[in-house]
Amino acid sequence: MANSSTRRVGADGFEALGDPTRRAIFEKLAASPSAVGELAQGLPVSRPAVSQHLRVLEEAGLVAKTAEGTRRIYRIDPRGIGAMRAWLDDHWRVAMTAFAAFAETEAEREDEEGL
Amino acid sequence: MTIAPVVVSVRVAAPPDRAFALFTRDMGRWWPHGRTIGAKPHADIVVEPHNGGRWFERDEEGTETSWGKVLAWEPPGRLLLGWQLDSGFHYDPSFLTEVELTFASDGKGGSNVTLEHRNLERFGADAEKVAGQVGGGWPRIIGHFVEFAGVPSAV
Repeated sequence: MANSSTRRVGADGFEALGDPTRRAIFEKLAASPSAVGELAQGLPVSRPAVSQHLRVLEEAGLVAKTAEGTRRIYRIDPRGIGAMRAWLDDHWRVAMTAFAAFAETEAEREDEEGL
Repeated sequence: MTIAPVVVSVRVAAPPDRAFALFTRDMGRWWPHGRTIGAKPHADIVVEPHNGGRWFERDEEGTETSWGKVLAWEPPGRLLLGWQLDSGFHYDPSFLTEVELTFASDGKGGSNVTLEHRNLERFGADAEKVAGQVGGGWPRIIGHFVEFAGVPSAV
């Protein structure tokens, strides 16, 4: 599952969060920056799998890592671009779909009224 | 660094001039409820019909909350809006990203309406600023984000 998702992700943070494990990781990091081992402890997946998920989140601009001694600490990307872009992408899809539905309703109403 | 713009296209059952009018004049009627920033639900969303016009929401008591402005009012084919909500969803007149709408005939009495929201890299520098403020943008973005990520996409 991780592999098929990875190919589809690209720069799209919304798709990156479509995977429940990645969402859980993202939410944990939103609560507090953590190393891979700490993340893996609270999740029903292996440490390599967590690393793989982190890589996808990183590529989507959602998380960033910093080195602290020998440990790599992951945190939500402070630039926020990935999350913001994903939010906007979702938002505009919902809004434009609502607009198209509204226009459809208006067109039907006009037909009925013989306008 | 440039971030890819958000691009969304929909087919609309109205010719371009009509679609343009519905999009702008009736924004308060079709905009999804709850996806506004005012303290109270919106009663209307206004796009003033001229270059430099304001773009804002208004609640039932008449309180207005600014979103941005009209950069180019070119019916029936094009509308360029300035989205001036920062990464904390606060109106900031010194911040601007562009939202361009194009309305093109589909040759069958309808339109293809395409929205492009660009300059998203500007949210980056801004987010660093906002994140430094108390009660800044991050918790709010993440809250919205997780909430919406839990809802199946409309597409």
